[in-house]
Formats: sequence, C-alpha cells, structure tokens
Amino acid sequence: MTETMTTKKVNKGISRRTLLGTAAAGAAVVGTSPFWINIAKAEDKIRIGFPVPLTGPYGSEAAEQARCAQIAVDQFNKAGGLNGRMAELLVRDDKLKPGEAATRTLELIEKDKAHFISGSLSASVQLSVNAVTKARGIIYVSISQSDAINEAADFSPYTFHEALNPHMTAGAVGRYVFPKSGKRVAFLIADYAYGHEMVRGFKRAGEASGIEVVAEVTHPLATKDYSTFLPRIQAAKPDVLCLCNFGYDQLNSIKQATGFGMKQQMKLVAPALLYNQRLAGGSAYDGVVGGANYHWTIEDKVASAKAFNDLYRAGNDGAPPSDYGAYGYAGVGGLLEAVKAAGTIDTNKVIEAMEAMKYDLYKGTQHYRKCDHQSVQDVFIVESKPEAEMANKFDVFKILDVDRASGDSLRTCSELGHKA
Amino acid sequence: MSGITFDLFVLQLFTGLAMGSVYVLLGVGLSLIFGMLTVVNFAHGAFYMVGAYMGVFLMGVTGNFWLSLIGVPLIVGTLGLVVERFLIRPLYGRGIDYPLLLTFGLGYVFIEIIRIIFGKEGQVFDTPDILLGAVDIGVGFFPLYRIFLIGAVAVLIFGLWLFIERTSFGLVIRAGARDPEIVKVLGVDVSKIWLIVFGIGTGVAGLAGILYAPLQGVIPEMGVSVLVEAFVVTVVGGMGSLIGAVVAGLLVGVVVAMTALFAPHMAEVSMFALMALVLLVRPQGLFGRAGLMG
Repeated sequence: MTETMTTKKVNKGISRRTLLGTAAAGAAVVGTSPFWINIAKAEDKIRIGFPVPLTGPYGSEAAEQARCAQIAVDQFNKAGGLNGRMAELLVRDDKLKPGEAATRTLELIEKDKAHFISGSLSASVQLSVNAVTKARGIIYVSISQSDAINEAADFSPYTFHEALNPHMTAGAVGRYVFPKSGKRVAFLIADYAYGHEMVRGFKRAGEASGIEVVAEVTHPLATKDYSTFLPRIQAAKPDVLCLCNFGYDQLNSIKQATGFGMKQQMKLVAPALLYNQRLAGGSAYDGVVGGANYHWTIEDKVASAKAFNDLYRAGNDGAPPSDYGAYGYAGVGGLLEAVKAAGTIDTNKVIEAMEAMKYDLYKGTQHYRKCDHQSVQDVFIVESKPEAEMANKFDVFKILDVDRASGDSLRTCSELGHKA
Repeated sequence: MSGITFDLFVLQLFTGLAMGSVYVLLGVGLSLIFGMLTVVNFAHGAFYMVGAYMGVFLMGVTGNFWLSLIGVPLIVGTLGLVVERFLIRPLYGRGIDYPLLLTFGLGYVFIEIIRIIFGKEGQVFDTPDILLGAVDIGVGFFPLYRIFLIGAVAVLIFGLWLFIERTSFGLVIRAGARDPEIVKVLGVDVSKIWLIVFGIGTGVAGLAGILYAPLQGVIPEMGVSVLVEAFVVTVVGGMGSLIGAVVAGLLVGVVVAMTALFAPHMAEVSMFALMALVLLVRPQGLFGRAGLMG
C-alpha cells in the first residue's frame, strides 16, 4: 500500500514538500521493518547473530536471507524450542565490508551475548567473521558461496560452511555441460577470488572430458559494459562460454553476450545461475545453463522443499523463496536442529551434534563433512526457461539434472591442508 | 598475445567507437551544465538512473519503446527544471562548492526514493524486439542495438549543435556562457536560460539512462559508475565543450577497447591513465576554453 501511495505522489510532480513527505514515508517503512522487532533482549533465549549486507549491492539477497532465517527461528519456537527455551535472531547490517562485519560480530558476541553466528555473503566478509568467531570459540555457520574458510589455514572446529562452494557448483555444471556441448571452452572471469575459484572448479571438472581452453578473459569486478571483452571470445570460437562472475556482473554480461548473438554460436553457462538476477534479467537468460543450490519447483519431489516453500509463501504474498534465501533458512535451521539433537547450547556438544547429524531442511539430505565442516548436498543443474514455457512468473528454471550429494566432487581433506 | 587477427582488431576498434558513443552521451549533459552554469552536477548519475527507471515505468504503461524514448527525457528534464528552480538557483553566486555538495546529496536522495518506490531488486528491461540480434558488419557480428545507439547519439549531438549554434536562443545561451553580466545588462533574463540549460542537461542524462537500460540491469545504484565515466569524458574533452565531449567520449571508448584487447585487466584503469595524461599536457582538457564550442 505504501508503495502505491508513494508512486502516486511522485507522479504528480515533485516539490520539495513531496520529496520530504516521500522520504518520511520511507523512513517509516524502514522503521517498521520486521528485523528490528525481535531485538529486545531476553536472558533465557538462544541468541543467533546474523550479520548480512542489508545495504549495498547484495541488499535484496541479504534481506531475503534474513526473512528466511527468521522463518527457521519461528519454526523452532513454534515446536516448543529447546525444552521451552526459545530462540531469537539478531540481524545486523555488515554493509558488505569485512571491517564492519568484524565489528558487528564482536558486538553480537560481547554485547548481545549471541550464542551462535550465521550469515555473510562474500568471501572476504566471511573470512573476517570467521576470524572473530574462531578467536572467541563461537560456532559460525557461513552461507557465503566461497569456501576459503574451509582451508586449514582459516578453519577452526567452530567453522561450518552451509552454502555450496565453487568446486561443487562449477564442477557439477562442468561435468554436465562439457560432454554435451563441446570441448572448446572459454572463460569470462570477474577478477577476484570468486571468479578465479570458479575457473579452477570448471577446469578440474573438464580434465575428465579433456576440454581445451581457447580463451580466458578477465574483467574488473562490477564492470558495466562487456562489449570490449566479447569480440575476443567470439573470435576464439568456443563451444562453451563459462561466465565466472556474480550478481549484476552475471546479469549484465549475459544481457550483452545475448546482444552479440553469442547464444547462437556457443552455450552460455554460469557456475551459479542466480534466481534474483534471472527475475531482473528477463528473456536475456533464455537457454543459459548453470548450477543452483535450490529452485522452489523441486517441491514436487522433495517434501522438505514443499514445507519450506509453504512457510515462506504464507508470509510473502504467495511468492516462493529464492536460492539465496534458502541458504539463510538452512544456515540457521541447521544450527537449531543440532541444538535440539544435542539437547543443550554447549558449544562442544552442538559441534558434535552437527558433525554427526544428517539433516533435511529444504532440499533433501545433507551432512557436514568431518574434516572441513563443508555441507555435502545436492547441486541442481538448471536451465533458464523462455517466457512461453513458464507456468508463472517465478517458474524461471527447468531442472535438467541433479548432481547427487557425495564427497567426490569436493576437494579432498588433504588438498585443503587438513590431516586425514 | 596470440589469436589477434586483423578482423578482430577492426571489430574491436568498432566496438570502442560504439562504446565511445555511449560515453559521449554520458558526458555531454554534464559538460553542457558545467559550461553554462559552472555547476558541477554530481547528481548526473542519479538523473541517468532515474531515466532508466522512468523507462521501466513508461514501458509498463505504454508498452512502447519509442514512446518511452520520447517521454523519459521530458520527465527527467522536467525534474531537472524543478531541481534547478528550487534547489540550485538559491545557491548562485555562493561559490562552486555549494551546488556541488547539494547535487552530491541529491544523488543519494534520488537513489533512496527509487529504492522505496521500486525496491532494491533489479528491474527487467528487454531490448526492443526490432533491435534484437546481431548483424554482420564485414569483420564479425555486432549487436544491432549498439549500432542503433551510435545513430541515436549522432542524431542527438547534431540536434544539440543545431540548437546551440543555429538558433537565436542558442546564441543567447552562448552569450550567457561567455559573459552573463553583459547579457543581463542587455535585458536578457539569464536565470531563465540557466533553467532551460539545466533541464536539457538532465534530460540528456535521462535519455542516456533509458538508451543504456537494455544493456545492463536497472538497479538503484546504476548511476554511480556513470558519474565517474561522465567526469572523465568531461575532463578529457574540456569542461563545457560540446565538440570536446564528442571527441573525448570516442577517444575514451577506443582506448578502453584497445586496452581490453591486449591487457583486459588494465581496461578499467586505462581511461584514468588517459585522463591523467591529458591533464598533464593540457590541464584545461582537449577543447577546454571559455564558451560552449571552444
């Protein structure tokens, strides 16, 4: 309602007063946002700190993650909590900055007395949160799709990684695409950790099918215009172009590669094909193949997905949850399930429970690998549907294949520097 | 580097010119406003972003790209008129940093308002069907839409040039830029000229927003990097010079494209290196002198 009212105001023509009015309305909206309702402290509650980048380029993903994490907490409380002891979620804005995230995490632990931490949405932020929790001996369940914290140098017994990692997604996509679409492979790479990790994942998967790398073009993070990078890739005549970038970089490069007619010449694939970007990208995504941790349509086959979707739909006007939202749900939900299994919030007992448990929260059975605490889980290979095939506006991906949960697709424990 | 054929080189050059035409589009509005009003419009990128969003809005209402293309600069230009009349005008004669700080803040206000109205998620803006696909330009395939962009920018620049150089109103604008005091003494209402120039400059920024929307995600923060690029073009070309904005825009495009071909990771830096070089040799910019046409 507020939104339509504001739209009308602006359309009437803008005076200084309308501007102020609109700004005030906006402030009111922010003020009543659901994240702040649960902040009131209660001594006996199980407190889970949740630093995510509410402001910044991943703001919409972060807000979605917080919504889904809250669902997990509500669900836990409704089922009676831990013998009547309720949980609460403390959402904080890390602004996608490592320093900010470290400060917020420290505050959550010292001031708010958080028992557990989950959250974060970037490799560097995740590392800094992990550094704090590691030093304080607090369990941290990361939901960022980069697995640097699983390597021995940064790992600690308190470190868990719920999200997929580059080797899982790029590996699954590579194993599916290379045998079908061809051996000449080109890479468009966002020049930062995530981009290069994804390239390694693809190359490793490509060894089996004997791929030939015909072009590797890096672009700066947050590039807007890809036209200068694309002709070189076209000239190399690849069968497959792997877009190793994220967020709006993925959206913009797919839009522009489509403009260059590259889809007629090669298969476009992305290690993680993003649901939110697909919603914003429209028809440019048609036919692009990629990996996903989740797509809501698996509810036909997976009971836990149906349950999660229904909980989300009830509070969000019937819209299904996104892939990144599901990470928020699983990160916090997994923690609470372990707390229940352990029957206590004692850190060491909960760690034991997490290492031992098989959990099925939203996508089928998962478990944490003992040596590096990476969550072993299914990877879905999806293809973006053209509008004509979509049952509704959220039905954007067709599930081509499922890379079943197995430790084989992961880097081995010794590769990560862990003692076997 | 291997694999660089003559065809690829020529195609890359063409890509650079096409991208350069976008830089021209981004730079010219900023340059115009500075040249006439000596207002450094830090909200330029925000006007560009508002243009893209108004494009999304009008496409939703009319479903017609061409109508939206006409409507957007009118809406954003009108917004510019309001901003000049009520926010910028009270600051004239107070030093260049006053309007600079004001527009800097205004840019954030616009971003926040758009976030409140449209949300943080990106909006869909597909390329119009008639301009979809790629055409063979002899050395390789090139997107039809980018060729259309080159044409659209050429028409816009020619129109602006005619307006400023060949109309009596343009004459008053040029005179007002050279010596506002004398023009005032001659009985011309300079404030009205400034109002209209600000409207045109922001309208062009809005037009750039909708023209570029099919190539990128429409998000509230999309104008931030645009502001930087527009400044590079303006500084290289010379503040306030129309011809300077054209030459500098194309030059920046070609430099970035050629760097991207031989050293892709340096592409982003190359435009700033060019700017630094120009500032060292010609601090006023390539065509920077008093007066619009230099």
